[in-house]
Amino acid sequence: MTEVNLGEEIVFWFSGGLAVLGALGLILSRKAVHSALWVALTMINLAVLYVANSAPFLGMVQVVVYTGAVMMLFLFVLMVVGVDSSDSLIETLKGQRLVAIVLAVGLAILLVAGIGAGLTDVVPVGLDEANGVDGGNVQGIARLLFTDYLVAFEVTSALLITAALGAMVLAHRERWLPRASQEELSKARFTGTGHPGNLPSSGTYARHNAVDTPALLPDGSPSAQSIPGPLVARGDVRPVDHHDVEQIESLDGGSK
Amino acid sequence: MTGSQFGVFGIDPWWLVLLKALAIFVMLVLLTLFTIWWERRVVSRMQNRIGPNRVGPFGLLQSLMDGFKLALKEEIIPKAAHVGVYWIAPVISATAAFLAFAVIPFGPTVSIFGVETPLQLTDFPVSVLYVLAIASIGIYGIVLAGWSSGSTYPLLGGLRSSAQMISYEIAMGMSFVAVFLYAGSMSTSEIITAQEPIWFAVILLPSFLIYVTSMVGETNRAPFDLPEAEGELVGGFHTEYSSLKFAMFFLAEYINMVTVSALATTLFLGGWLAPWPISLWESANTGWWPLLWWLIKVQIFIFVFIWLRATLPRLRYDQFMKFGWKVLIPASIVWIMIVAAARVLRNDIELSNRQLLIAGAIVIAVLLVGSWFAQGALDRREAARKFIRDEIESRPFEPMAGGFPVPPMPGQQAVLTTRRSTIPVVQQEAIDG
Repeated sequence: MTEVNLGEEIVFWFSGGLAVLGALGLILSRKAVHSALWVALTMINLAVLYVANSAPFLGMVQVVVYTGAVMMLFLFVLMVVGVDSSDSLIETLKGQRLVAIVLAVGLAILLVAGIGAGLTDVVPVGLDEANGVDGGNVQGIARLLFTDYLVAFEVTSALLITAALGAMVLAHRERWLPRASQEELSKARFTGTGHPGNLPSSGTYARHNAVDTPALLPDGSPSAQSIPGPLVARGDVRPVDHHDVEQIESLDGGSK
Repeated sequence: MTGSQFGVFGIDPWWLVLLKALAIFVMLVLLTLFTIWWERRVVSRMQNRIGPNRVGPFGLLQSLMDGFKLALKEEIIPKAAHVGVYWIAPVISATAAFLAFAVIPFGPTVSIFGVETPLQLTDFPVSVLYVLAIASIGIYGIVLAGWSSGSTYPLLGGLRSSAQMISYEIAMGMSFVAVFLYAGSMSTSEIITAQEPIWFAVILLPSFLIYVTSMVGETNRAPFDLPEAEGELVGGFHTEYSSLKFAMFFLAEYINMVTVSALATTLFLGGWLAPWPISLWESANTGWWPLLWWLIKVQIFIFVFIWLRATLPRLRYDQFMKFGWKVLIPASIVWIMIVAAARVLRNDIELSNRQLLIAGAIVIAVLLVGSWFAQGALDRREAARKFIRDEIESRPFEPMAGGFPVPPMPGQQAVLTTRRSTIPVVQQEAIDG
C-alpha cells in the first residue's frame, strides 16, 4: 500500500462522511425536494474526493454536470410531484422496509468484503505516474477519449442526442396555423372587438383598494371594465358611496 | 497536483496563504461597496441627476452606511418558509461568490515579506472549469431562496433564474473552448502567459462577444434581469428576504459582477498584462504595477455593466431564451468548429497565410451566394404562410365537415347554438307561435 499523508486522510474522512450523510439523507427525508438537496451534497463531496485523488478534471466536471442534473431533478419534483408534497408513512407492502434494510446491509457487506479482498494484493502504480504519461491529468484523459475510447465516446454522445430529440418529439405540439407575428397580433388587438390596452384597474377610488371596488370615470360613474367578470356575475361589486364622491369634490374646492 | 508547470503554486507558507485569502476577501467587499456607489453615480449622471453625494467625499461612504442600515433592520421571515433551506440559501449564494476568486490572477510573481510568490491564491490545471463549477453551485442559492420562501413570486423568480443561468452557462462554457484551444491550457495563469504577444479578445473576437453577452445573463443583470423583474415578479427570488439575508444576496450579485469581469479580463484581455502603449515600457509587467492594469480592465467591464443597465430595457422572457438557445449556442458551436479547423490546418497541413486568406475568401463568397438563395426561400415561405392563413380564415365554418361534428379551425367563428331551456318563456312562446 502507498502511504497516506495526514491531509489526505482528513479530506477522505470529512468528505467521505458528508457524502454518506447526503446519501442517507436522500433516503430518509420525507420531502422530495430535500432528497434532491441531499443528492447535491453527496455529489459535491464526491467531487472533492476526486480532486484529492489527483483527478481535478473529473472533479470539476462532476460538479458542473451533477449540479445541473440535480437542478433538473429539483424542477421535475416541483413540476410533477408538487411544491409541498411529502411521502406518506403507510407501508403498502407489509414488512418491505425491514426486508429492504436487511438486503441493503447484506449487499454492503458483500461489496466491502469482495472489493477489499480483491484489492489487498494490488500494488498501486501511483497517481503521479498515471497522470505523468501524457504530461498531465487533462492531457491524459484527452488522449484516451480521442484514441482508445473514441467509439464509446461518440456512441454515448449519439445516445444523449437521441434522448434530447426524443424529449423534443414528446413535447412537440402540432401547429394548426403559422405562428402569428408581433405585427399581426398588434393589428388584431386594435381592430378586434376587445380592449386594445390594459383594462382600467380596480380600487383606484380613494377609500378602498379591493378588487371589488370599481374605478370611477371622470363623471363619477363606476367603470364596469375595472371589475373582474366573475365578480360582476356573482353580484359582488361594491356600490359607489356617493357621499365619498361629494366629500372629495368639496376637498377639491368643488371643481369638477 | 504538483505538475512541474505549477511549481510556483502550493508552496507558499501557511501565513501567506491566509494573508492572500484575507486580502481577496477584503478587496471583494471593498469593490462591492465601491461598485454600488459607482453604479449609482454613473446611472445618475446618465439620467441627468447627481446621485449620492452626502456621506463622505463624493458620497463614497453612502453604500457603507446603507449596508449598516440594512444589517440592522428588522428581519421578517414568512410563516410558510421552509426555515432550514431559507437560512442556507443566502449563505450558499455569498460563499460561492467569494470562492470563485481563488483562481483569479492579479499579477506576476512579487515579493511579500521576503517571500517570492505569485499574486494569485492558487492555480491548478482546470481553474477555469473550477470557476464554472462554483458558478453552478451559486445558482442553488437563488433557486433555493425562491423555493423556500413559500410564496409564488419568489418561486417563479427562482425557476426563471435557474433556467436562465443553465442556458447561458452553456454558451459561456463554449466561448471558453476556443481560448483553451489557443492557450493549450485551462489554468488561468497559463492562459495569461499565452496572451503575451496578442490578447485573445482580438484573435478570438466572436468568443469574446459571446462571453460578454452570456456573462450579463449569468449575473442576472439588466437587460437580462428577468429573475428579479420588478414589474412582473415584485423582487423575484429575494422578495421575502430582508435585513442581513437580503444584504448577502446583494453582496453576492455585485461580487459575481466582479468575478465574471475578472474572468473576462483573464481569458480575453490579457489579465494583468499591460495594454499596448504602456507595454512598451520595460518594467510594465513586473512588480506591483500589473495589479493596476488588472483593476482598470475589470473596472471597464463593470462600467459596461452599468452602461447597459442605464441604456437597455428588459427583454421579454421568451425572446431572451430564444436568443440564448437559437443564436448564442449555435453561433458558438460554428465558431468552435472554425477555430478547431484553423488549428488543424495550421498544425498538420502546411498552409501559408496567402492560401488561408484565399480559402477564407472562397468560404465568404459561398456564404454570400447561399444567403441570397436562402432569402428567396424565406420570401416564398412567407407568401405561402400568408396564403394558408387567408385560405383558412376565408372558408366558412362547417360544423359537420366530412360527416362528423368538428370544432372550428383557429380564425373561424363557431355558430352559436341556443338551447331551448336558456331562452325566456316569453320568447319561446313567440318562436313557437
